Amino acid sequence: MNPAVPVPPAPVFTLSETAVALTLALLLLAPLALAGLALLNAGFGRSRSAAQALLGDLSIVSVAVIVFAAVGAAIAGNSSAAGHTFYLGGTSWNWIGSGPLFLKSFHIAPVQAQLETLFQFLAVALGAMIAWGSGADRWRLSAGCAAAAVFAAVVFPFGAHWIWGGGWLARLGANFGLGAGFLDAGGAAMVHAAGGLSALAVVWIVGPRRGKFPKEGFSTAMPGHQVVYVLFGCLLCLVGWLAWNTAGAVLWAQAPLTALPITAVNTVLSASAALLATFTVTRLRFGKPDASMCANGWLAGLVASSACAALVTPVESFFVGAVAGIATPLLVELLELALSIDDPSGAVTVHGVAGLWGLLAAGFFAPQAGQLLAQLIGIAAILGLIFPVVYLLFALLNRFIPFRVDPDGERIGMDLHELGGGAYPEFVIHRDESYR
Amino acid sequence: MKYAGLLVMPAGFFLTVAALVLFPASAERNFFVLCGLAVEGLGLGVAVRGHMLVRGESRP
Repeated sequence: MNPAVPVPPAPVFTLSETAVALTLALLLLAPLALAGLALLNAGFGRSRSAAQALLGDLSIVSVAVIVFAAVGAAIAGNSSAAGHTFYLGGTSWNWIGSGPLFLKSFHIAPVQAQLETLFQFLAVALGAMIAWGSGADRWRLSAGCAAAAVFAAVVFPFGAHWIWGGGWLARLGANFGLGAGFLDAGGAAMVHAAGGLSALAVVWIVGPRRGKFPKEGFSTAMPGHQVVYVLFGCLLCLVGWLAWNTAGAVLWAQAPLTALPITAVNTVLSASAALLATFTVTRLRFGKPDASMCANGWLAGLVASSACAALVTPVESFFVGAVAGIATPLLVELLELALSIDDPSGAVTVHGVAGLWGLLAAGFFAPQAGQLLAQLIGIAAILGLIFPVVYLLFALLNRFIPFRVDPDGERIGMDLHELGGGAYPEFVIHRDESYR
Repeated sequence: MKYAGLLVMPAGFFLTVAALVLFPASAERNFFVLCGLAVEGLGLGVAVRGHMLVRGESRP
């Protein structure tokens, strides 16, 4: 193994002026996905924590973006930046970017590199927000911001470099003949799978909400306080995802502009199939469709489409979404009832599992030989390396900045405890039955 | 239990990387990558098991 040395980037294709303008316009619409997810996070929590939930989303986005600009972007790099490489088995392994800190020279970088960095800005913000919904009603705001800083400084940039910055996962095709290398145009890996697995780490560290799992009997149902927020958030997410997947197709899959309509169609088809599948499953299981679960199914379909919308046919996209929609309600129930995982927003299933499924589906349906193996290796990196690192970093952080609020704070609600005022001051907050 | 499972998972990842380096032939490479994923699955299973709440124990 040679010591790490900077190497020049591989030659990249360049965008036309039309593609640059269109991609920028799409990236300006992509934050609607953040807005939608923020509404989902707030709606799935309880009314006594609603303001803290939304303020937390804004704070996490702010912290993640600033930390990524200061440190993360240098590690993540982009397709035209150099990276550090070591040699193993006669092959070069590009493992970390070598860009400047604090976005120095960003303004003179090629416009394509600037767009790629903008995409990563939005991606790191969305990825950091995902875990916030899972820690709802008991995760302290300062700890959430600290976790977002860790995610944006360390976790996300490495994976982003490996996948989008010309790293070793992106080079699996060139170095080992595995299809086109690991493919993830829409962020299913480092946004959704990594975000969902971060959510699992958070849930394990903060523990369940008080009264969620009583000593005897089944777990206590704690439905979200505002299903209208949740469902409206789903509609906002659709717009954001359409922009996200099409912009990602241009930037990371080198899709021509003529391929963008089918990418958009695949995104909508996947979400629709997932919603109908979840609708049917919950209707069969509970006698009536479950609105919250249907929202989770819709989002799982969007997440699954992130990896493969630019690569598959409409029929295949329908199949991908339907599988995500069938699995979502079953897994949410399994995680809560069998595995004692208290995940109010369902992010572990919706982002983590659906993201991994989308990555796998991209390998199944891609025409290139060896693509499935490339996708499996990428999944192995996320699950086997990034997830344990996230857990250990968060557990270490928990020693210095305790994640969980004290019992009294949880009892009166995060709004009063952390902000001094509620989201709905004219409402009478009723006593929670679970505290009897 | 919690940390043992999480430590097993990177072992699975390094098995997949070793498969890339050591086995140019497709069949062996595929087999070892799948083995690596299986090891990661085992590690995840142990970690999940370690975090599960036992009925009747003290809980928040």
